[in-house]
Amino acid sequence: MTGIVGYGTKIPRYRIKVEEIAKVWGADAPTYKRGLNLNEKSVPAPDEDCATLSVNAALNALKRAEIDPADIGAVYVGSESHPYAVKPTGTIVSEAIGACPYVHTADLEFACKAGTEGMFIALNLVKSGAVPYALAIGADTSQGAPGDALEYSAAAGAAAFIMGKDNLIAELKDTHCFMTDTPDFWRREYKHYPEHGGRFTGAPAYFKHVTGAVDAILGKTNMKPDDFKYVIFHQPNGKFPVLVAKKLGFTEQQYLPGLLSPTLGNTYSGSSPMGFAATLDIAKPGDLILLISYGSGAGSDAFIFETTEKIDEVRNRAPKLRTQLDEHKIYIEYGTYAKFRKKILLPN
Amino acid sequence: MQVPRYWREIPKRYRLEAAQCKKCLNISFPEKFSCPECGSRDFKTIKLSGKGKISTHTIIRIAPEGFNDQVPYGMGIIEMDEGPRIMAQITDCDPEKLKTGDRMIYQFRRIREDGSTGVIMYAYKFVPDVGI
Ligand SMILES: [Zn+2]
Repeated sequence: MTGIVGYGTKIPRYRIKVEEIAKVWGADAPTYKRGLNLNEKSVPAPDEDCATLSVNAALNALKRAEIDPADIGAVYVGSESHPYAVKPTGTIVSEAIGACPYVHTADLEFACKAGTEGMFIALNLVKSGAVPYALAIGADTSQGAPGDALEYSAAAGAAAFIMGKDNLIAELKDTHCFMTDTPDFWRREYKHYPEHGGRFTGAPAYFKHVTGAVDAILGKTNMKPDDFKYVIFHQPNGKFPVLVAKKLGFTEQQYLPGLLSPTLGNTYSGSSPMGFAATLDIAKPGDLILLISYGSGAGSDAFIFETTEKIDEVRNRAPKLRTQLDEHKIYIEYGTYAKFRKKILLPN
Repeated sequence: MQVPRYWREIPKRYRLEAAQCKKCLNISFPEKFSCPECGSRDFKTIKLSGKGKISTHTIIRIAPEGFNDQVPYGMGIIEMDEGPRIMAQITDCDPEKLKTGDRMIYQFRRIREDGSTGVIMYAYKFVPDVGI
């Protein structure tokens, strides 16, 4: 058996409301709130980045896994906001959690899919017997260009999963990938903000790949939507995951526990992994969970997990995602947000 | 700070590694050449839990270079549950509301960067332990 032995998340304490962003750009807040199902998003503090969110999420995963970090043989960090252009985030994370020096590490990048890419590799490395434990993290502190539609959703957060073979809290049942070359969103070298294809990000991009991955894994395993207790989709906003869930025949009871974007925003590589963590926080032993990521460029990874008896025992060892999301929030105005996100031009 | 010095201090800056005297069990952070209690030079490395309370603190309103975007912020001496007292920045809170005895917990944070082209330095900071 291969699966998850521990999971942990980190969400910055700061939030900005959609109204606050819309006010600055003369935009219509209700259009974003109703149209995209977005109310507020997380904002990283000036001393937070992809590496700090990754470490703090991974330490929460270790609290749940209760393993010796030196036994982690591989660390993968998926992000599109790695702090350095050249120098791995994975070394910072491995050192901070105490996994060095006998560890393989790599930084992954695939728009919002980089987190599940790490999970896919970590699970398969453990399954192959190459390493006893592997850590996969999806973390981002993404930025949308000021005034762009992405500014209302680009948020910060991280989810970390430790994969192993024994004492599983969720067993991996199957995986499937669906990928094509589709230029719906990109950021060129040395550019600060990404560009996107507007409406092109919908049907031929998000919906085609998510639906393709779900159809493929259901066909491969001979399962149907109502066989699952929960489903988690990538959440670029609050609207797309709801539309695709309904189109595929999933119900609110299945997707709502993992739907975080209305009050979290899009945490890119952290998005569907964090929705999955929120679902593990409430799942009962024996629940089947379907997880589907999406990354522009474009592709989706699908995973089927089944929770075990052990889930009840470990979940309270670290903060739950909804606690991090809903409690102790600090609201900031656009000026503070612009300062935190270094959008203000300073001398030198 | 020079890169070699930052690199040398990674075990304590990242992981709160401390030195415990094998003779009298006193814990030093950072590690000392000899035990301040018994003078022994025989130590073992331990990892602090990262939990403690504010022993004393102040509010920084005029910050050194590289910290201007964070003022006002708390700076305090955190008494760790294992005994050592650590001077650290207190982040993620309204510093006006901090008081002696408040429970604090370790967080891994960005400390400073060497300009826009240099190395980024990470280390421990403390935040109020509110269960998130
Ligand atoms: Zn001693």
